[in-house]
Amino acid sequence: MHSPQPNLDTRTSDDWPEELYRILKAADVRQMSYVPDAGHSQLIRLFSADPDVTTNVLTTEEEGVAIAAGAWLGGQRSVLLMQSSGVGNCINMLSLSAIGRFPLLMLVTMRGEWAEFNPWQVPMSRATQPSLEAIGLKVMRAETAEDLVETVESAAALAYDSDQQIAVLIGQRLIGKKKW
Amino acid sequence: MSVPSQLDRRVAVAALLENRKDTLVVSGLGSPTYDLHSVGDHDGNFYLWGAMGGAALIGFGLAQAQPGKRVMALTGDGEQLMGLGGIATIGVARPRNLDVVVIDNQHFGETGMQASHTGRGVDLTAIAAACGFAATGTVRTLAEVQRLASQIAEPADGPRLFVIKVLAENPPRSLPSRDAVFIKNRFRAHLGFAAA
Repeated sequence: MHSPQPNLDTRTSDDWPEELYRILKAADVRQMSYVPDAGHSQLIRLFSADPDVTTNVLTTEEEGVAIAAGAWLGGQRSVLLMQSSGVGNCINMLSLSAIGRFPLLMLVTMRGEWAEFNPWQVPMSRATQPSLEAIGLKVMRAETAEDLVETVESAAALAYDSDQQIAVLIGQRLIGKKKW
Repeated sequence: MSVPSQLDRRVAVAALLENRKDTLVVSGLGSPTYDLHSVGDHDGNFYLWGAMGGAALIGFGLAQAQPGKRVMALTGDGEQLMGLGGIATIGVARPRNLDVVVIDNQHFGETGMQASHTGRGVDLTAIAAACGFAATGTVRTLAEVQRLASQIAEPADGPRLFVIKVLAENPPRSLPSRDAVFIKNRFRAHLGFAAA
């Protein structure tokens, strides 16, 4: 979290969305749902172009929690993409994943924590990890592209092979500074 | 709206599911879960005891995963009102094998029969139609429910949403298992999937 010389515009690697796509395909993910975030835009494009994955745009993030449970009932693996502001929308619906021990993999791009211009992003950013943990999810975090790829690979195995409910938080520092 | 429906919800649900064949059913929190259980427990039922607003969307994820099977989300007006956005999401995706059936007593029956929006002019079928559903309709009598059951058995071009207006009363509860892991694993086994 603390860097002596933060360089806000540096990205360790620009191809992490393609790596995540490769990992999720290897994990046999067949459904992807999302509320858009700029940080997820490339991953959304990759999935949307994939005829073997059903992609759903949501009006609010908790819809994706319910869809993921339904997908699993029908034998398919699903992944849910959102930004941190969407986590608050999900909390009660996450009861379903938690009490039913449904595999759940959420990839959450963080706002409001690193060189954020919009103060309205800050409160939910602060609440993201504690609220997810309070409802029973395991939270994993990555701050570099290399770490993210490894973390998502591990999270996918935990979710789909061990019936766990996992949120991977993608640090805002990794995504880069939004240009205003 | 007009005169309140006199249709008994249990009679309606029994008629709706009398010839369900291999239809998979997800029931929404509250009375629809009891209604579904009251007509006979089934391995192809997934009963919700929470996750309000999620019934149609769980049915939707299931329908996408099982395009060869018919899926019904059987829910109540209050439960569906909490998931209004999901009607837009389903309308955009246009699954051909999902029917949302709302058992509409125009009240929040589980919490003391407080009046809901659907008795005050909010029409879920109009919302679904505006979201691109392939068919919608409202029924109020047993004969109409029987015709609806036949209609639902026919293939569709997209998602359908039907409202069954029923009498606002709470029949004796018929309680399925509250163990979601058990119900989940039983449901998946019914479709041939192993437990972890």
